[in-house]
Amino acid sequence: MATAESTPAKADLYEKGTVHADDLSSATVKDGVLFDVKDLEVYFPIQQGFFKAMVATEKKFVKAVDRVSFQIMQGEILALVGESGCGKTTTGRTLLRLEDPTGGHILYKGLPVEKFAAKTLRAYRKKAQIIFQDPYNSINPKQTIFDIVAEPLEVNNVCSSEREKEERVIKAINEAGLRPATEYLYRYPHELSGGQRQRVCIAGATVLEPDVIVADEPVASLDVSIRNDILKLMVEEKEKLGVTYIFITHDLSLAWVISDRIAVMYLGRIVEIGETEEVVANPQHPYTKALISVIPVPDPLAKREHVILKGETPNPVDIPSGCRFHPRCPEAIEACKEIDPPDVRITGDHYAACIRIDR
Amino acid sequence: MSAAKAKAIAPAKKPAERIAHKGILEVRGLTTYFKLGVGDVKAVQNVSFDLEPGESLGLAGESGCGKTTAALSILKLLPENGRIVSGDVLFDGRNLAKRTEFGMSKIRWKEISIIFQGAMNALNPVKETGKQIAEPIQLHEGLSEGKAMVRVRELYDLVGISQKRVMDFPHQLSGGMRQRAMIAMALACNPKLVIGDEPTTALDVMVQAQILELIERLRKELDLSFILISHDLSVMAETCDKGVIMYAGEVVESGTTADIFNSATHPYTRQLIKAFPNIHEKREMVSSIRGDPPNLVSPPAGCGFCPRCDEKVARCETEHPEMVEVQAGHFVRCVHAKSQRSDALVRGDEAAPDLKGV
Ligand SMILES: Nc1ncnc2c1ncn2[C@@H]1O[C@H](COP(=O)(O)OP(=O)(O)OP(=O)(O)O)[C@@H](O)[C@H]1O
Ligand SMILES: Nc1ncnc2c1ncn2[C@@H]1O[C@H](COP(=O)(O)OP(=O)(O)OP(=O)(O)O)[C@@H](O)[C@H]1O
Ligand code: SF4
Ligand SMILES: [Mg+2]
Ligand SMILES: [Mg+2]
Repeated sequence: MATAESTPAKADLYEKGTVHADDLSSATVKDGVLFDVKDLEVYFPIQQGFFKAMVATEKKFVKAVDRVSFQIMQGEILALVGESGCGKTTTGRTLLRLEDPTGGHILYKGLPVEKFAAKTLRAYRKKAQIIFQDPYNSINPKQTIFDIVAEPLEVNNVCSSEREKEERVIKAINEAGLRPATEYLYRYPHELSGGQRQRVCIAGATVLEPDVIVADEPVASLDVSIRNDILKLMVEEKEKLGVTYIFITHDLSLAWVISDRIAVMYLGRIVEIGETEEVVANPQHPYTKALISVIPVPDPLAKREHVILKGETPNPVDIPSGCRFHPRCPEAIEACKEIDPPDVRITGDHYAACIRIDR
Repeated sequence: MSAAKAKAIAPAKKPAERIAHKGILEVRGLTTYFKLGVGDVKAVQNVSFDLEPGESLGLAGESGCGKTTAALSILKLLPENGRIVSGDVLFDGRNLAKRTEFGMSKIRWKEISIIFQGAMNALNPVKETGKQIAEPIQLHEGLSEGKAMVRVRELYDLVGISQKRVMDFPHQLSGGMRQRAMIAMALACNPKLVIGDEPTTALDVMVQAQILELIERLRKELDLSFILISHDLSVMAETCDKGVIMYAGEVVESGTTADIFNSATHPYTRQLIKAFPNIHEKREMVSSIRGDPPNLVSPPAGCGFCPRCDEKVARCETEHPEMVEVQAGHFVRCVHAKSQRSDALVRGDEAAPDLKGV
């Protein structure tokens, strides 16, 4: 949410219109900020029938991401948490320009991603990878593990020899914890367990040695033990290889375990962001407070009060007026229906968007 | 949640004074196999637990440990290749394991109902949800569709879905509403015992909290007994009076949830608890349990957990541990477990770590 003022150099780039591959290769990280996201909007037009479209007075949109600002620091794990449909996947995909923003900017090392020329985008995609939400549908069941992991190398044409390709594939598979890699190379996905398949996805994402990985619910469908192995692996890759992770999860307790910072999303907006331990110990936004209060913990004696919100998240087509959380907010007052709350700084880089926080 | 009652969960080999039942459900030595080409899958072995009226019991363990099979065995709804090999399921004094299919049809829905795993996503997409909920009512109470729909409307009220939604198709309802509808269906014929097989697994935390709160309210209002099957230990800790931890088809630990979480004794239970984060404690990496569960076609001779256990001793590999009542009502299946009443722990020749809880 906290965004640094853009430097004149960046402003120039907007003027120039397109960002070329050379700009990308010479770009550097300033003040540790890898991504600077400002007022990002991703609206999807609603498909309407012909007749409806004729009579409709205004075009309707799914406001999947609705003016979101935040930064991603180099080498951190930033968790993006929130309930189903709040816009986590769309935010992650847009960072990699797998979706086009309808408003706002994403600066990667100071360069506007939305202005990347086709060639720049190809170079960028080598640096920024995604692990898709559903591992069962995102890997081809008819390819061997070797072919799956080698594919990004081939698509991007980065290896000068078969030998180099083989070495890089084996290295990535080993690093993803399938050891020895040679034992897995010529197996098919159905010959692996769910956790092993998820490791293959991670190997596929790391084989190009990217700077940043968007991991979209990488452990949602896994048994606890395997889940924890994958979480450990992400922390390891962050620490050893300096990979920056955007860890998308609906499970705040998992975000708490591995992330450096947490961003809580509600209905297309980041409502609170800050250092993980600070946010969990000292949540400020009523939504974050409620979410944290209902996380089950493995201790029957810890009977805490649960703030169970009524109803469900509204449809992102008709976003409530004022504070979008007000219809479900246990702390709402009249003014909440009118005022769209700005970010309030709590301490350091801990921000929350609620008018009832007095600072 | 009411404090757990300290009724003993008897081990498999208890004397047979069962007919004078105290509990609403007493499962004794339940053993269920599935026939496969390669041999029998020993999915549930010698499982025992008790449930009293109005109580909630959690059945937890990793994927494939036999939770669903145990539930389906209770209701005798096993697939064709499954069969109860031995054991008793005493429900209100009647032994369901010995009942005929006709006898079971009088029990299902009316006395015991189940919310099947994944059922909320398996509703017929081209039939109105309310009409699907009405089906068991028509079948079991012999009512017309019209009369059954009156009951469905009442049930929608009870589970917190607007009556206006009865004619909605499944895709028009959110996940939370579909799960409420499944709960309504389970309650349709006023059962005494409801089994929920992973009823909140696919749901967001807030919706999960709503559903668990609903189940809790219904349990009190309708004086229901409830078996909650979950792979999520934290959910069991929050909602159940008693717990049963399964591993590779067997019960390895059972007792009150306080026994299980605050005096966990089986090495598996203790490792499993550590695998779940507790945001109210110091932040640390959750631990994983190395290795995989054993093959259930030819399970190991000794303790099933032995290959993965940090506390194993020589005899774990050969001796199949008996269930030991470490405290009244707290049972553990581990060679190290000894009744706490005789203070000296007999531990075999090697030294073993302290097992008095974590
Ligand atoms: N291509 C698209 N066209 C139209 N609407 C879309 C599209 N992609 C996403 N949406 C909508 O945008 C909103 C946000 O979706 P998104 O997938 O980003 O949420 P999410 O937080 O990742 O949810 P989940 O936890 O279920 O994965 C949802 O209402 C979704 O239906
Ligand atoms: N119809 C069947 N035929 C053969 N084996 C089966 C059959 N159904 C289940 N099994 C096996 O029996 C064991 C127990 O399965 P069960 O479905 O009871 O596990 P579970 O604890 O409910 O797991 P989950 O948490 O994944 O739902 C597993 O090893 C499973 O593969
Ligand atoms: S601004 Fe008002 S409605 Fe929004 S979170 Fe704060 S108190 Fe609740
Ligand atoms: Mg998503
Ligand atoms: Mg199951």
